[in-house]
Amino acid sequence: MNPAPEIATATAAADGMLPEVWRVDRVRRETHDTFTLELGPERPGSERAFEPGQFNMLYVFGVGEVPISISGDPRRRDRVVHTTRAVGRVTNVMSGLKTGGRIGLRGPYGTPWPVAAAQGRDVVLVAGGIGLAPLRPALYAILHRRNDFRNVVLLYGTRSPGDILFRQELERWRARFDLDVHVTVDRGAPSWKGNVGVVTTLVQKAPFDPRNAVAFICGPEVMIRFTAAELQRRGVPLDDVHISMERNMKCGIGLCGHCQLAGVFVCRDGPVFPYSRVADLVTQWEV
Amino acid sequence: MKTLEQLLAEHPFFSGLAPDHLKLFAGCAVTLRVDSGEFLFREGELARSFFVVRHGSIAITSVTPQEGLVTIQTLDEGDILGWSWLLPPYRWHFGARALEPAALISLDATCVRTKCEHDHEFGYEIMRRFAQVMASRLEATHLQLMNVYESRT
Repeated sequence: MNPAPEIATATAAADGMLPEVWRVDRVRRETHDTFTLELGPERPGSERAFEPGQFNMLYVFGVGEVPISISGDPRRRDRVVHTTRAVGRVTNVMSGLKTGGRIGLRGPYGTPWPVAAAQGRDVVLVAGGIGLAPLRPALYAILHRRNDFRNVVLLYGTRSPGDILFRQELERWRARFDLDVHVTVDRGAPSWKGNVGVVTTLVQKAPFDPRNAVAFICGPEVMIRFTAAELQRRGVPLDDVHISMERNMKCGIGLCGHCQLAGVFVCRDGPVFPYSRVADLVTQWEV
Repeated sequence: MKTLEQLLAEHPFFSGLAPDHLKLFAGCAVTLRVDSGEFLFREGELARSFFVVRHGSIAITSVTPQEGLVTIQTLDEGDILGWSWLLPPYRWHFGARALEPAALISLDATCVRTKCEHDHEFGYEIMRRFAQVMASRLEATHLQLMNVYESRT
């Protein structure tokens, strides 16, 4: 179904618009509508480093290309992991890829979460729905150098228990003594014994010092706005709040203008921004 | 052993409250413990009190024909439970059930309302604080209704 096109040449990496062929090593269903692809380079030597928060453009041959955040461990250069929701034509076909299939990849692109700048401070990661995927690499990086940070808190909200991503990993994280994990759902099934309510309601009681905290928020922008407001109410300066924006990114390198908002190209200047820089933009729909 | 006034003063809802107002509250208060699964009140019952959650987790529930008992929100340490006692007809719109053993302070509704009528400054302070709680819950409810997590890919 996915024959490898003959486009993987030595010049591919040099051209920002030309995808390289990567191999699908594993496909994992996360929830009823989300899935994870683990990709390995088809051509030896094309392993690549990425920073937490960056994204790749993934090309389903003959169908189209979409920007997908990287959700794996940044220390693994031999494997790129993407988690996304099957929501449009490209991602729906992508969800049907099998192990051994081929996919085009170019990237990584975009600005990262400022993990290094958070050293010595409390870190609050707030994720909504599929927004946990782009935040996971930041958490991997933080946990890898756990002693460099003070309190680390993950607040995660989803619609229902069935929408929770990376459930087993969340359970492992919850069992750690050096990480506070709080999960909440909008609607609990009768068997759900956890928290019910939107993720913003977790902010006020989360264990961090607002005067010395950095917050990373990823989720739908309406959730980002309300979470940023709660953090501000708690006393976190908006310069210390960073968000990942999602817009209609096409080229990934700031040329086509599809993701332009005022003077900002989300693909090139973002997707991670200090909230103070884009607070006025997150209420805008599309240009 | 702490007094009721001390216990109330430790709770965020009563933070910064004048000592004489705290004393008025304490005069209407008793401590309460509930076991896991126990109902504090059920939908439609007369709202005779409201509660300060000290420890434990409480589910706000409603009954639907399709799903039976549904949890629509959970409250825990530091939260305030119930405002149906404030406004006529003083009946609970939802139920409340302990998800785990919980320690609370129960405040008698008639007692507090009577003190509000006699001391309007006290009444204003209560209304102001409950308005903040209600505004936060309303905002959270709006977000739940908007199904905000679905829009990101």
